[in-house]
Amino acid sequence: MKIHVRYFASLREALGPGEIVELPDIATLGRLRAELAARGGRYAEVLDRGRAVRCALNQVMSDEAAVVRDGAEVAFFPPVTGG
Amino acid sequence: MVRVTIQHEDFDVGREFDALHAGDGGVGAVVGFVGTVRGRDGGQPVQALELEHYPGMTERTIEAMIDVAVPRFGLHAARVIHRVGLLSAGDNIVFVGVAAAHRGAAFEGCEFLMDYLKTQAPFWKKETTPEGTRWVDARAADDAALARWGQTSDNGAAT
Repeated sequence: MKIHVRYFASLREALGPGEIVELPDIATLGRLRAELAARGGRYAEVLDRGRAVRCALNQVMSDEAAVVRDGAEVAFFPPVTGG
Repeated sequence: MVRVTIQHEDFDVGREFDALHAGDGGVGAVVGFVGTVRGRDGGQPVQALELEHYPGMTERTIEAMIDVAVPRFGLHAARVIHRVGLLSAGDNIVFVGVAAAHRGAAFEGCEFLMDYLKTQAPFWKKETTPEGTRWVDARAADDAALARWGQTSDNGAAT
């Protein structure tokens, strides 16, 4: 299945604005994050456990247990600092 | 009335206050908050502030916050304007305004929306100081502010 992944703020600077990621099967947000971090290099640097990363699934703030389905839009970003 | 606007341009606070109660004789209180760019952060001069957001999610998130605030505080109207792009010290960043029958609900509704926005809306600030640029860190104090309303957030938490 295909997932549209987007990055914002410091993650965008490190990884670019986004990409399409192919996954063999339905996964959780946590699994997707782990797969991306497993690429190593900058991906590991910004997405590894212990880094403060928030995620959104289909534009709703979600936790890592959320289930990602084909065609989903997933975003990874640092804690928000608006206002 | 449009409730949420994300824009590069500045906003007119007086006009927003007027619009919040125009044509509604039941409104007896209008409260507004304006956030501005500090010229100093932790003693360091801030020369510029760049604001990034997540188009689409930002608007949806703030609309959902207003949907929660309106019945909770009995608001007659609410308006949020947030600027993005490159801003300078002293510039306006955000306007949150609400109208209600009485001042108590208006003060509370405005603060609730602001506390929500700080921890849930997808905006990110990057400061330019004489030492270079850096992303602003989230503050645990902002999560604590939201917790007063019985809403949990771990935005500022370490992981």
